[in-house]
Parts: sequence; C-alpha cells; structure tokens
Amino acid sequence: MTVNSKRSLRVAAQAIGPGLRLSRREFVAGAGALVVSFALLPRLSAGQGAPVARAPMLPGSLKDTSMLDAWIRVDADGTITVFTGKVEFGQGVKTALIQLAAEELFVAPARIQLVTADTSRTPNEGYTAGSNSLKDSGTAIMNAAAQVREMLVRIAASRLGVPADSLVVQDGRVRAADGRSVAYAELVAGQTLHVPAQPQSKLRDPKHRAVVGKALPRVDIPGKVTGAVAYVQDLRLPNMAHARVVRPPSYSARLRALDSGAAEKMPGVLKVVRDGSFVAVVAEGEYQAIAAMEALGRGATWDETATLSPKTDPYAELQSLPHEDYQLRGDATPSAKPWSVESSYRRPYQMHAAIGPSCAVALFEANKLTVWTHSQGVYPLKGALAEMLRLPADSVRCIHMEGSGCYGHNAADDAAADAALIAVAIPGRPVRVQWMREHENLWEPYGSAMLTTVKATLDGQGTITDWQFDVWTGTHSSRPGAAGNLAAAWLLQSPFALPTPKPIPQPEGGGDRNAVPLYDIANTRIAHHFIPKMPLRVSALRSLGAYMNVFSIESFMDELALAAKLDPVDFRLRHLKDTRAQDVIRLAAERFGWNAFASQRDSGKRRGRGFAFARYKNLGAYAAVAMEVDVDRESGRIDVVRIVAAVDSGDVVNPDGIRNQIEGGIVQSLSWSLYESVAFDQTRITSRDWSSYPIMRFASVPQSIDVHIIDRPGAPFLGTGEAAQGPAAAALANALASAAGVRIRELPLTSKRVKAAIGV
Amino acid sequence: MITLNVNGRAHEVDADPKTPLLYVLRNELKLNGAKFGCGLGQCGACTVMVDGEAVYSCLTPILLLQGRAIKTLEGLGTAAQPGPLQQAFIDEQAAQCGYCIPGMIMRAQALLERNPSPSDEQIRTHMNPGLCRCGTHMRILRAVRRASKTIQGALPGGKPA
Repeated sequence: MTVNSKRSLRVAAQAIGPGLRLSRREFVAGAGALVVSFALLPRLSAGQGAPVARAPMLPGSLKDTSMLDAWIRVDADGTITVFTGKVEFGQGVKTALIQLAAEELFVAPARIQLVTADTSRTPNEGYTAGSNSLKDSGTAIMNAAAQVREMLVRIAASRLGVPADSLVVQDGRVRAADGRSVAYAELVAGQTLHVPAQPQSKLRDPKHRAVVGKALPRVDIPGKVTGAVAYVQDLRLPNMAHARVVRPPSYSARLRALDSGAAEKMPGVLKVVRDGSFVAVVAEGEYQAIAAMEALGRGATWDETATLSPKTDPYAELQSLPHEDYQLRGDATPSAKPWSVESSYRRPYQMHAAIGPSCAVALFEANKLTVWTHSQGVYPLKGALAEMLRLPADSVRCIHMEGSGCYGHNAADDAAADAALIAVAIPGRPVRVQWMREHENLWEPYGSAMLTTVKATLDGQGTITDWQFDVWTGTHSSRPGAAGNLAAAWLLQSPFALPTPKPIPQPEGGGDRNAVPLYDIANTRIAHHFIPKMPLRVSALRSLGAYMNVFSIESFMDELALAAKLDPVDFRLRHLKDTRAQDVIRLAAERFGWNAFASQRDSGKRRGRGFAFARYKNLGAYAAVAMEVDVDRESGRIDVVRIVAAVDSGDVVNPDGIRNQIEGGIVQSLSWSLYESVAFDQTRITSRDWSSYPIMRFASVPQSIDVHIIDRPGAPFLGTGEAAQGPAAAALANALASAAGVRIRELPLTSKRVKAAIGV
Repeated sequence: MITLNVNGRAHEVDADPKTPLLYVLRNELKLNGAKFGCGLGQCGACTVMVDGEAVYSCLTPILLLQGRAIKTLEGLGTAAQPGPLQQAFIDEQAAQCGYCIPGMIMRAQALLERNPSPSDEQIRTHMNPGLCRCGTHMRILRAVRRASKTIQGALPGGKPA
C-alpha cells in the first residue's frame, strides 16, 4: 500500500466514522418542544451554536440552477455523481468540491464521481474565474448534498417506520437502532431528487466534520505523475487527425496570397483549410501537420502595417489613449491641499505564458459539433462558437478537459475556435489542434499595461487624512462572450469584430480591482480611467488589476510610513479597523520575526525586509506577505531569501490546497515582478519564446515560503487563488527599498533597473 | 522502420526518421508522460531519459535513437505502483496544473540515478532548466529530496527515509 492511499483511507475512515446521529438537539435549535421542518432550519453560525437568520435566497450557484438532481445523482448501483459547472486548472477545485459533497452526504470521498463543466451535463456556472469557485459551486454543492441527505433520511424513516432522528448515516447507508439499514441507492427512484433546493440546509456542525478542513490529497495528482490521460492535450479519439494553424505574424497582418501547393503534396496531409486569412492544415500525423504548417507558412504572403508604435514612454501613450472615466470614491475634483507624498507606478503587458500551449479537439458530424476544451467557460464558449459557425446553439457541445495551467483568459478559447473551424471542414473526423509556442506567446491576450498615480496627505500624528488614486488601464476581460472575442474570427472572410469591452463593475472590478484601499481613510478620491481600445490584445490575467493596484497601494503605504517615520506594519495596523485584516498582518509579522529583524550590510550585499497586505477584491481572502531579500549592489540582482505569508480564506476546505495556491501565487508574482514584460516593435510582438520572455527558474526561487492559515470554520468561503499576487509584488518592492534604499515604481524590478537606481 | 527501446520494450516505428521522439511517444506509442511545451528545448516539459541522461524529446529525431535505452514517465511506475519519485511527488502534493511535472520527474530521475544523495544546491542546479509556471518549485525541490531519501533507504546499508 502506498503512503498516499493510506492517507486517503484514513480520511475516508474519519468520514464514515462517527456517523450522523440526527438527534433532537441537532434537529431543533432551542427548546425541545418546538417542532420545525428541517428544510427550514438555518445553518448554525460558526462556533456560536445559535441559528442565524438568512435571506430566503438560494445559496451559491443554486440561485441559477435550483434542482437538486442537477448537482447530485445517486444511481441504483450506489454510484454518487456530483456535477459542477466549474473547471479544474490545477487549483485543486475538484478535490475541494468532492470534500464538500462527501462531508454533507456522509460518504467517503472516494465514492464520489465528479463531473466538471460540460454543456450537456452540468449546471451553467459561467466562467471559472475570480476565485469564486468555492463561493459559487462549493456553496451550492455543500447545500445540495445536505438537502439530498436530509431527504433520503426522511424517506428511510418512512420506509423503516422509525423516527428520522433515531437514524444514523454511515457511508451512504441509513441505519436504524434495531440493526436494519437501507442504502442511499435503494432510497432513490426516478424523480426523487428532481426537486428544487430550499434556501436553508441542515449543514454538519463544523466541530464534527470528517473531510472538510482536512488536507485530502488531490484526486488528480496520481494520474498526472504516472502518465494518465490528464489533459485535453492527451485526448486521443479513434481516427483522430492533427491540425496546425498558420497564424499571421502580427495583429494587423492579412493574407495577400497563399501558395499551398507544397504543403498539399506533403506526406500525410489531408487538407488545407482557408477562410479569409485563417489558414490551417490537417494531417494524419502530428509532426506531419507541423511540417506542413511550416511549408504553408513559407507559402503565405502577408500585408502588415505598423499599429503598435511603441514610444519612448509607453505609459504616456497609455494616458493619451481615449478613455472613459469612472469615479469610484469621492468627487472628481482634485484636492487643492499640498500632498505629503505623490507617486506613480507602472506595469507593462504581461503574459499568462502557460507551459503547455493551448489545445482543443473537435468533431463535427451529423451537423453537431463537439469540442473538448480547456476553456474556463464552456457555456459562453458554446455560444461564441455557434455564432462564429452560424450554427444553432443547441448544435454545439463544449466539454471541459484540463489543459496546462492558464492563470486567466489565455488562448484556450481561441484553440477551441480553431479546432471547430477545422472540424467543420472535415466532417466525421475528430481533429486535434495544439498551438505552437510562438502562437501562444504572440496571440494570447495579455494582462493589460497599467499606470497608477497615488497622492496622500499625512497629519502630524502619521495618520492619512486624504488619499487620491487614479488607474489607467485597458480591459481585464475580453472573454467570449461573442464570436468576436475569438482570435480566429477576426481573420475569416466574413470576419467578426472584437466587441467593445465594458468595465467589470465594482465591488469586484476589473482594472480597478482593489483600487479602493481597505484602509480607513477619511477622504478618498479614486478614479478608474478605462481604455476600451488597447494597441495589444488584453484580457484577464490572474487577479486582473488587483496585482498592479495592490502593488501601487502597498508600495505607497511604505513610502508614507517612511515619511511618517513609522514602522510599515504598525502604520498599516493603525489604518485598519477590520480585525481579520489585523489578524493576518499580525500573524505574518510575528512568524516572520518582523520586529527582531536586523538589516545586514555585508560587503556588496544588502539584506532587507518588506511587508504587504491586501484583501482580494476587498471581499475575498485576506493575505499578508513578509519577505526577506538580498540585493547585490554591483549587479542589481535581487535574491529572495525567505517569505512568510498569512492567509484567511474563511472556512478552510483543504488547507494544503490553500497553501499550494498561495505558494504558487507568490512565486508566479515574483516572476512577473522580477522579469516579465511583453516586448514588441512597431508591428509585431517580439516575445516569441522562453528566451525572449524569461520567467523565474529554480536557481532564483526563495530558500523557503511558509504559509500560515487562519481557519474560520462555518464562515463563508473566501476566494484564495489570486490573493497573493498583489501582496507578493509589493512586499518585494518594499524589501528592495529596505535593503538598498531605492524605490522602484516600474514593474518588473529588473537587475538593470535596480543597478541604475543604486547608481553604482 | 526504426526500432525504439522504450521502457525496456522494443517497438517497430514506421515514421519519418526526422520525426522528434516526442511525437512518436505520444501518438504512435500512446504514452502521455512527455508533453509538448515549446518544441525548442527551452522548457523541459518533453524531458525523457536516453541512456540515463535527461533529453529533450521535442528536439531529438528518432533516427538518433536506434538501439538506445529510452525511459519515460510510464517506465517509472503506475498509479497503483508509483516509483519513488512519483510517490514523492504525490506525498509532497508537488503539482498544481501538473503539466511540467512529468518532465521534472524525468530530469530528477536522471540526477538520482547518477547521484542518489544530491545536496539541495545540486538539486536546484540540476533542475534549473525545467520551467514551471504555477510556481510549484518549492514542492518540486522537496519531492526530489524526499525521493532521494527513499532511494537511499532502499540501498544496502542506507538509512530509511
């Protein structure tokens, strides 16, 4: 037996261990004589034991999909299937959703089959984005599971002729005190679960949880490390052909002429597909398709124009582009008073840069299109594909399969569009399309370049009295949506135009996500200058504008603390009333050893410390990051030595899942913040590969990253997957300032910039 | 026809000799472990072992591989019986999306076969060519260290992990 399966079994044993005794005390909150229909019983609040009144609104995604059997089915053979409209992309959501379902159904996690986003089988939960999966789908599944369990216990009570509160549930079997028992499968027939969800559920008391809150090993990892079919890239359908697309060399390029003769004669080539400037080749073998793509590319002549015009100061260009102004706080009139500190911060275009280029498999037969895709939103994609292909929406089915990690809206949907266009051209054969590295780098929608300005006034006691924040940015969501959000659709003979984007409204926000500081400040003016039309293709990159806005605000908080001659941690605490924010800040500082930290000034090296904090979207997880860095004054190189993070994600479903996301988010943010910037000339993107778009490597990762979690059992789930991006970036800049005495306000903090700032 | 020795078995392969090994492994032999990442030898997602060395299968044409011992992720173990590195990656939960992990495991396998007890610095240096975008680096390093201990424990006179 392996260590892992031992661990799984242990968790499973706990899950079925004590069983569910539906005692009168648990059924009826308060006086024993009161009889309450348990469908109406409210959830007990965390640790208080008293019922909390809730609005009669269905929890999580039950609001949109209310029938219980849309979420949970129990088959006659005992199989329990749970359906989610959310998708796995490496964040561990499948495991967490299985834990929630197992907990409330009182079954071992291994008994649950989870089906993720599929337009023919699962609820429509929109996009898997914004760190909302547990809030939306987790809440829905947890409540649906509890309601299914309650219903089955009621049926069992009637079947066995005993009171429901005398029954115990163990691993999907309802047991009576006299020894008789009945399995869930025997209690479900036909339409039993085809009933609407109720607003409230009898959830398990967090104190008695067996699965939730435990580090259940991820269900997907064993397959991934042993070569199972784990990704859409691995999908191999019978009679499948391989295709590659000849992508234009630039946004402006349109096909003037195509000589496809050489490619068509190559071995294995089945077909060259052309529609306007969309050019692809289909072959029997994958490498045959790649060779033919290269030949086809040599036969293509493109017309290009210089549309990118990088100026000496691209950020001045950003401010000069047409923009819409949205006032988020305060009036639009700037204060007349002299500011204590003013700063401006810059963030370049940055890539998702998945390790595995995007991929999709599509099959068109009998006028029905099926697409296997790693899109984050199979339902929206289905609509966009139907529009692009001018097919009825019910002729298109999109099935999610994992891809390489995407970190937001990358080329997943575009690859699906390519596969769909090609599949329609050779009906009856499944077609697999994978993008090449340069396709991914040149055509994915980047995280938007951004510019921020921050100004503040301090009083004599070091309190911020006035605060003005402005952010200039393009859109942070150009997802499909519409056919015009698909890269291939721009190239067709009858093209679809990119729809004009709209800003994502507050409180979540898009480019203005986390533009409103969580700090308590008397007078704030905050404005979002939204640029609808950007020179480069832009969309959602993990945390959207929060990365840059938190980098700006938290860098600026350190600049203010310096001006006020106050410790940066104390300075933050004195501006925060939110006790949960205070808790993560104190925990990170304490575990880091903030107060005992001594700067070191060895020969050429300077050691410093940095701190930053944010609550993601001001409504998700709280995260604080403390960081120690060494700065080499000669080279300007920053070595991150160690990192301590504290996070409050509300109710913790899987602590190791949270740690993995925070660790990974920190390292990814360090990579963005130390190295990454999309390069381009007047016509073309030039960051074609990993040498022209370097990312963090093993030699540069910290010696240690420790993540400390504050668990709030029974509290709402707070999205965690994007919470570390902003704090990690700002903690880095603050540590650099502490170590080397230089404040760099332009991302990334490259050795070149650090060296120039130090002026050695 | 080229004969490839993959995970101890001989396979007759009917493909253009210039075809990089990656496509033959994935499409002809239906082995999913090696992944396409860049086709340029820059990321390591396609890493396999050839005669004990970590090799980019996306750049290595099969004509160079006749008679050489190719080992892929599938040659290290199965989900039911994982090899020491695979088990260590499971124990450390050293994956997020996991797309780079097969290449990481094969690169680490080449190190541990040559040096079963590398120092932390040697592990970092050896793993440096492999790219991970999820930021799973800390766990990957821990998993390699853990596997090294397991292997040492299994050696005669070695200490158990």
